Amino acid sequence: MIRIALKGMARRKLRTALTAIAIVLGVALITGTYVLTDSIKGAFGGIFTSVYQGTDATVTGKSAFDLSGNGTTIAPPFSEALLPKVRALPDVAAAVGGVGGIAHLVVDGKVVHFGGAPNLGFSVDPTQAALNTLTLVSGEWPGTNEVVIDESTEHKESFQLGDMVGVQANGPVLRMRISGFVHFGGAASIGGATLAGFDLPTGQRLFDRVGKLDQIRAKAKPGVSPAKLVGEIQAILPPHTQVKTAEAQAKSDAKDTESFLNFLQYLLLAFGYIALFVGSFVIANSLSITIAQRTRELATLRTLGASRRQVRVLIVLEGLVIGAIASVAGIFVGLGLGVGLFKLFDAAGFTLPNNGLVLHTRTVIAALLDGVLVTVIASLRPAWRATRVPPIAAVREGAQLPPGRFAKWRPVGAALLTAGGFALLVYGLFGSGLGTSAILLSMGAGTLLIFIGVALLSGRFVRPLAWALGAPASRFGGAAGALARDNSRRNPQRTASTASALMIGLALITLIAVMAAGITTSFRGAVEDLWISGYAITSQNNFEPIPVAAGNAAAKTPGVEAIANVRGGDALVFGKVSQATAVGPGAAQIFQVKWASGDNSVFTRLGAHGAFVDEGFAKDHHLSVGSPLKLTAPTGQTLQLKVLGIFKPPTGGSPFGPVTISDAAWDKIYPSPNNIYSFIRMRGGETPDNEAAIVRQLKAFPDAKVQTKEQFIDNQIAGINAILNVLFVLLALSVVVSLFGIINTLVLTVFERTREIGMLRAVGMTRRNIRSMIRNESIITAALGGVIGIALGVVLGGLLAARVDFIVFTLPVGQLVFFAIGTIVVGLLAAIFPARRAAKLNVLEALQYE
Amino acid sequence: MATTEKPELSAPTGVAVEARELTRRYGEGETAVDALRGVDLTVRSGELVAVMGPSGSGKSTLMHILAGLDKPTSGTVSIAGTEITDLSDTKLTHLRRDHVGFVFQFFNLLPMLDAEENVVLPLSIAGKKPDKEWLDDLLERTGLNNRRSHRPSELSGGQQQRVAIARALVTRPTIVFADEPTGNLDSKTSGEILELVRSMVDDYGQTTVMVTHEARAASIADRILFLADGLIVKELGSHTKPSEVLEVMSSLDS
Repeated sequence: MIRIALKGMARRKLRTALTAIAIVLGVALITGTYVLTDSIKGAFGGIFTSVYQGTDATVTGKSAFDLSGNGTTIAPPFSEALLPKVRALPDVAAAVGGVGGIAHLVVDGKVVHFGGAPNLGFSVDPTQAALNTLTLVSGEWPGTNEVVIDESTEHKESFQLGDMVGVQANGPVLRMRISGFVHFGGAASIGGATLAGFDLPTGQRLFDRVGKLDQIRAKAKPGVSPAKLVGEIQAILPPHTQVKTAEAQAKSDAKDTESFLNFLQYLLLAFGYIALFVGSFVIANSLSITIAQRTRELATLRTLGASRRQVRVLIVLEGLVIGAIASVAGIFVGLGLGVGLFKLFDAAGFTLPNNGLVLHTRTVIAALLDGVLVTVIASLRPAWRATRVPPIAAVREGAQLPPGRFAKWRPVGAALLTAGGFALLVYGLFGSGLGTSAILLSMGAGTLLIFIGVALLSGRFVRPLAWALGAPASRFGGAAGALARDNSRRNPQRTASTASALMIGLALITLIAVMAAGITTSFRGAVEDLWISGYAITSQNNFEPIPVAAGNAAAKTPGVEAIANVRGGDALVFGKVSQATAVGPGAAQIFQVKWASGDNSVFTRLGAHGAFVDEGFAKDHHLSVGSPLKLTAPTGQTLQLKVLGIFKPPTGGSPFGPVTISDAAWDKIYPSPNNIYSFIRMRGGETPDNEAAIVRQLKAFPDAKVQTKEQFIDNQIAGINAILNVLFVLLALSVVVSLFGIINTLVLTVFERTREIGMLRAVGMTRRNIRSMIRNESIITAALGGVIGIALGVVLGGLLAARVDFIVFTLPVGQLVFFAIGTIVVGLLAAIFPARRAAKLNVLEALQYE
Repeated sequence: MATTEKPELSAPTGVAVEARELTRRYGEGETAVDALRGVDLTVRSGELVAVMGPSGSGKSTLMHILAGLDKPTSGTVSIAGTEITDLSDTKLTHLRRDHVGFVFQFFNLLPMLDAEENVVLPLSIAGKKPDKEWLDDLLERTGLNNRRSHRPSELSGGQQQRVAIARALVTRPTIVFADEPTGNLDSKTSGEILELVRSMVDDYGQTTVMVTHEARAASIADRILFLADGLIVKELGSHTKPSEVLEVMSSLDS
């Protein structure tokens, strides 16, 4: 049987190869994902190990509670008086104190940015060689008002030693002299990040840490274990500081990146599995068609004594071999794809560190297993069908497979599957008290069932739908168009399966488009509702904090009527970490908040002990106006507050967290505060003069960006769009898989209808007519998948919008039209090769084809 | 319809198809096979010519070349006065559309079209509308009038071949080629189909070339050409009895 399977496949090379491509692409995406994330993890691992090279113990500030890790809040700094005490410990060989944070390099008034990667700055202490992770490549270590820059940025920006460069951290931009260029750690690439090193006093000034440190790194004397060192340091630590071994510190530093990378990995894997899932449709369909065509061959095997079981084994074996070959090919393609994914993320504005591709054994095993399993599972149904070939078919012309025992239950089963899928999905969306994984699981499984159910069910709709979709072809395509329409309705289940592969991709693409449109609409609505008018100031990349000094400078612009700076960070309230924000009294003239209790005067009355909360938070904690509230900052300092107002946030979000206090109160308990945004209202509204005036005022803060309301909305949405584009590209891969599915079906159909095509040519169809016939059939099939997919995507999007507050159901009509045109293009592309083959058939040979 | 628009190329000479010194060689060198080795043939308008011969005699090759489905190695073929051996594929296709009809052994109907749609298929391909009277007459004569909306799967073999014959005639071609039209039918149905072929020639004057290896089929022809080893070796006139045909055939076999 193995021999027969292999020989049969060798004879049908083209068909086998086309079937395999579907799996190759899916496996490639899975391999590519692992390669990408492993490579990034490897690179980050390298960076974090390098940071603590030579270090045995680290001292950092200790937050009063675990920070949410979203980066808006950092551990509080501590007094530099600790450093000499640590150095004085008997087992400490060396210790350095450092500060660090975000430091933008400014050239010609513009911030140097590479692909959205961070601009990092920190202090360097060249006197402690053992604890210095930087190597000087050229020039000298920095002195007062001097900076050293990493060599990769040096090359990209063509910096020269002695150049003056602007540096902006927690204050206005400072002019500094480039004293040298450095290389970080081992050979680790740091992605698009820029590095700037300063001497400690300069760094402390830049980062608003005068007299303070963010970290002490200590090296033990020979023979002293890190654990022992940690114990000694522990004994002299002041409150709100902590000591860890370097290893533990590296691990906790890596935690945030790791959780991001894990998320990225799951996300990409999900798309890989979607592509494989689509691929399984293609394989099942291709095998089914081949079996229908090989009825005589299989029947002959049966007459020669092969049992049903042997026939089944034969087909599954074919699946196994295809799966194995395709998976191996997929792994190689995946390595290439890993490189492509780096480029894709780079293009979308997320430059990731890359230190060489990493291919783990786990990747190979997972890819092989997934590819082979999916193929074998996809071959089960065709294999089952093959067993129904009766031996008598060997001698009968045009024998048809008898319908299975369950054929008549099929529509019922498909409907039940679809209904079950929707039930699971709705349960996941609306069910109460479910954990995150339970929600995701039931939504995922539900969507999967819906796809399978709709695919099975769509066989029922093919005749009427293809009739309608084929109308233009039939009307304008002459006999070729009319025949194409008939051909597409001839074997509804086959057309349905082929179209289903495309349907899945399009449903997901549509779902995402509907979701994005919904988020955009509600965000726009929220901004329109809340913000009366004026200008907004954010960082250049729209999300990094901007120095308070920038907001203060903008406030002095001539013609300012009001300014509201919004600060934000983590706070401990009622024993839980929540997002807290702060705003000044100017907010009263900038925002029109819907108050459940209170009015806009709340903004002016906040003072040292006032707070307002959002409706949900108030409900959760049974708060009303006058309720007391205790807020703890990461430094451990607390504020006793009183609720002055309760506001209703719009569904699209608001600049205010659950708890908001006055900026004055905020600055007392949060060290080195930053703004997230500043909103300014100008006399005369939005005018070029007003905008120019604010820009002039912010000259010392090149990272600050002045935007009108429209620009602010667009910029905030741009982030969503960038993520969206990455998702579209990833889903496009599934569409490519289904494109191969259509090619495959058409090629197989051309094989099957060889004699028919010969007859058509004999009775007067030109090669062009034949090509047009195949092309029209392809377009009808693609359009079928497109229509069902887009409709399903809209339904799924509608369900999601009904559940999620910040998604307002919106039809992205333009995009949907674009997708519809895209499907027709897919149909056209898929037809090229099969149509050419069909047109090239020799009439005579075709007529004699069996 | 078609006839009025089509130039009556065959009328002046009375010749539908003419072939001169046809040879056809398959393969090259030592393994080359000569299927035709110099065949001259004239089919006059309105006659039914049967081509007979043992298998491998070249009769199928001859028909394929006459119909423009295959090209001769040397020699010329003209249909309705047009030399076809040097025509491009597209021109040849258009010539087939207007002047040639086919009847195949395995019917070759499109399963998704009903009987009437199958019949008018050549017209649809050419982008023409069928002449209602002509179509009704044709379907009546071929006995398909009450089977118009049946699919091929709902028709018997004989009925399917009737559809194929009607399809071949619907464009009123200069010539119809029938390749073993009874080869896939039982004896009773064969008789009915042969009667139909004969009546098409008699009633419509439809020039027809039929390739067959059945004596009974050949016996309905106006002329029977016997092919052996790529040459026409004998010709019999009309009203030849099947037994005479068999006699010639057995002499050729030996």
